[in-house]
Amino acid sequence: MSAPAASVPGIFGAAWVIARKDLAIEFRTRSAFLSALVLSLISIVIFFFAWDPTAVGAVDLAPGVLWVTFTFSGLLGMHRSFGVESHDRAMDALLVAPVAREAIFLGKGFANLVFVVGVQAIALPAVALFYNLPVGGAFLGLAGVMLLAAIGLTCVGTLFAGMTANTRMAELLLPVLALPFFVPVVMPAATITARLLAGRPLEESMAWLRLLLAFDLVFVWACTLAFPFTLED
Amino acid sequence: MDQPPLVEAKALARSFGARRAVDGVDVALAPGECLALFGPNGAGKTTLLRLLAGLLSPTAGTAAIGSVPLPGPSARGRIGLVSHRSMLYDALTARENVTFAARLHGLTDVDGAVQRALEALRVADRADVAVRALSRGLQQRVAIARAIVHAPDVLLADEPYTGLDEQGGAALTSLLLERRAAGAALVVVTHHLQEGLALASHAAVMRAGRFVRFDRADGLDAVRYAADYREMVA
Repeated sequence: MSAPAASVPGIFGAAWVIARKDLAIEFRTRSAFLSALVLSLISIVIFFFAWDPTAVGAVDLAPGVLWVTFTFSGLLGMHRSFGVESHDRAMDALLVAPVAREAIFLGKGFANLVFVVGVQAIALPAVALFYNLPVGGAFLGLAGVMLLAAIGLTCVGTLFAGMTANTRMAELLLPVLALPFFVPVVMPAATITARLLAGRPLEESMAWLRLLLAFDLVFVWACTLAFPFTLED
Repeated sequence: MDQPPLVEAKALARSFGARRAVDGVDVALAPGECLALFGPNGAGKTTLLRLLAGLLSPTAGTAAIGSVPLPGPSARGRIGLVSHRSMLYDALTARENVTFAARLHGLTDVDGAVQRALEALRVADRADVAVRALSRGLQQRVAIARAIVHAPDVLLADEPYTGLDEQGGAALTSLLLERRAAGAALVVVTHHLQEGLALASHAAVMRAGRFVRFDRADGLDAVRYAADYREMVA
């Protein structure tokens, strides 16, 4: 077998190869997506039956329900993204490959982003249906905020999932480490969501939107740079 | 050794807490050379292999592939690694697993290289079966195909014969000899002395993280070597 011609992919090329592989595995097994979906729907139903509509308006409660649901169901997928690498030490083969460690983070982060957006795409209509929310006019604004928040959440979640993957208590450690870092993303996202659902224009929330964008940029940059150190033995 | 070494480790050491798993090992393998590494469980063979693959950082010493220090990407790209764990994704098919490795190495003819690797390990007829549905032996063949798809200059194999039947073992031996003839350097960890000696240009016995014996393999009397080995590891 003579050496085949090769040109090692750059960071983004390798990240795309890794993301495609992760999405193919999730598409084939659907294990994390179905778990996240069930968790989302159960959360929405529990909140619905615990809700007293005479005391709290739907528009006041729904943003909290949405972001609690997105946060915890997203964590399931992020944990799973490194779980597939731990099984039979597939991560070793990935680490021996001639790709930058940052590409592994970006690839897994992108696959996790698709996962979280997929969960959001089902959970948002479910919440709107249960709480009879006026989503129609605010849909584009909501979709934008959800996407921006999903970027921040997946960056932090992917970093900590990688860090905890080889620990014995990964399932416990991941939320304990990641949740405090989710706060700067969830806080502006929930505030903007509440305002949009209350029928107020997006322009009124520009300061929160800028804060969300700033945290996204910081998290994408910092998590990408920090990730290679989480792989140190 | 006339040619510059393809695999070179100098005073390589790795500790886990107070325990020195690898304790000042020197290795130099030129193209076409093969080191068979023997030793009892816990001798440090797997740790040495992981150091040479760039998966572990040494606590002392250096390792390089073709003069390029590990664990840089250009050094890693020349390595093929076979472990006693399959390192495969069980939800993907054999072909998808090998294709993933080929893409990460940036091969231009991915499909051709994947097909050749699967055929070399005689597993092409099961290429489109999910890995989880394959037997342990077939999974090992796919794992080896994944490791050699980019025709690496350096092949590090940790008990590569694990789970292989006679046909798989013969395919692997022929592949390793072919890689040697093509100028690759090989490090093969095995508990089977005869198998290892048949492949190797050098043989080493490891114990407590050190090489306690290092020989040129050609001309070694396998029976005598086995007797000496039993005495050394007793």
